[in-house]
Amino acid sequence: MKKSAVHRSIDGIWRIESPRIIAGLARMVRDVGLAEDLAQDALIVALERWPETGMPDNPGAWLMTTAKRRAIDHLRRNKLRDRKYEELGWEIDRQHEPDWDEALDDPVGDDLLRLIFTTCHPVLSAEAQVALTLRLLGGLTTEEIASAFLVPEPTVAQRIVRAKRTLAAARVPFEVPPKAELAARLSSVLEVIYLMFNEGYAATSGGSWIRPMLCDEALRLGRMLAEIAPDEPEVHGLVALMEIQSSRFRARVSPSGEPILLMDQNRALWDHLLIRRGLTAIERAERLGRAFGPYLIQASIAACHARARTASETDWVRISALYDALSQVAPSPVVELNRAVALSMAFGPEVGLEVVDALMQEPSFKNYHLLPSVRGDFLMKLGRKQEACSEFNRAASLARNEKERELLLRRASESAAQ
Amino acid sequence: MRFMLIIKATKDSESEHPTRREVLTAMRKYNAQLARAGVLLASEDLLPSSSGTRLSYPVPGDEAVMKEGPFNETRELVAGFTLIDVRSREEAIEWAFRMPDPRGFGVGEIELRQVNEIPEKYL
Repeated sequence: MKKSAVHRSIDGIWRIESPRIIAGLARMVRDVGLAEDLAQDALIVALERWPETGMPDNPGAWLMTTAKRRAIDHLRRNKLRDRKYEELGWEIDRQHEPDWDEALDDPVGDDLLRLIFTTCHPVLSAEAQVALTLRLLGGLTTEEIASAFLVPEPTVAQRIVRAKRTLAAARVPFEVPPKAELAARLSSVLEVIYLMFNEGYAATSGGSWIRPMLCDEALRLGRMLAEIAPDEPEVHGLVALMEIQSSRFRARVSPSGEPILLMDQNRALWDHLLIRRGLTAIERAERLGRAFGPYLIQASIAACHARARTASETDWVRISALYDALSQVAPSPVVELNRAVALSMAFGPEVGLEVVDALMQEPSFKNYHLLPSVRGDFLMKLGRKQEACSEFNRAASLARNEKERELLLRRASESAAQ
Repeated sequence: MRFMLIIKATKDSESEHPTRREVLTAMRKYNAQLARAGVLLASEDLLPSSSGTRLSYPVPGDEAVMKEGPFNETRELVAGFTLIDVRSREEAIEWAFRMPDPRGFGVGEIELRQVNEIPEKYL
């Protein structure tokens, strides 16, 4: 056995190689479920053989070749080849069998791109998209996915099996979508990645100081996507947004587990490497010279906070302008509420109040405690204490979280006392 | 988890000659692979220690003593580093194996170290 085999683990190699192998095989067999099975077969062969023969010089290429042979066997055995050849208009001729060696070499990452468009295909539910993407592109085991989502392993296993079946039944082509569909399909990929990230972000509320696994996976996928689809500004926008949000992990919870608001965070605890990466990703997007989409705008807002050395140096004028832009491209009541806060910080509470008042009739906000809480804050700053007090009381009655309720009641009694 | 791949200095890296072209090309290719896998955080080369400065504290409590480079103990010096974010120690080791021999001549050395990500206040 070669010396390196002692230290080099098949697990490490598999983590690195499996997405590429699965993607390459999926292009051959046109079925991601089958591609994963074939790749797993190759892994099993490696696990059996390597301890005896020693690690090959290029384990990645070895796995790829073994998996490819299995795929060719499979194509021949199931006569699928003939059908594929017909579909592709090829002669059924041994002499003209496509050069799979070349076919599997994927220097620009097109197969990975096809794979992510497939695992994030809109025929799948959001849950299925996330699970399948983590499995095939992240190389996570079912067990790891289950523990990240705090659901039982069989649930995730089922989700993945069903997702593969759905894709096969819908005959989803293994391709980068045609131009006409590209924008919509890309935004569905980005949505899946951001959903993954937010699941992880939400799971950190206890006294956790570790970046949760799902955030790391989402970031890794985003960075990967930025390399294989470098001409898409929104991809860089999403990466930037995640990098900058991740930079705050160490600062967002106190040692006793209390959440710390952005403005009160110790900025020295921010991860300045991730901030720099986020700012670089924004520059990459800007250099493409296209219109700003919602992720790039949100990233630019996050960047305003990241650039401010102290909370008081925050460029609220720029942030309000960015929220204006965001409310144009992705209007929503939550964006409006944030815009109101930014405007009040930039131009005074009366400007913010005007925006908030327009939101009072918003049906989806009827039971949303942040609306009266923000309005109470503006009124307080304007010296309209009694109105502020009743808004804080109303907010407290709507708050679901005990700590938040306490805080709001305290603000109510403070405003009444003054 | 984060790991730092530390590239140790050699006579070659400590000299003023530019790094050989083959090494540069191989490194560039390797960094592109890291980026494509979504694991690359940062990668930097350092100038020779002749441009370095060292502060030491021979007497605790006293002011630091400053010494200008170059420094002699070549093998203990750092010539560059690559910071990666991976899922396991095994994955980090595999990436270290794939890094091209940074110097050739039988003297290249890479040291793999895990970054301590536990913030001070939790220790």
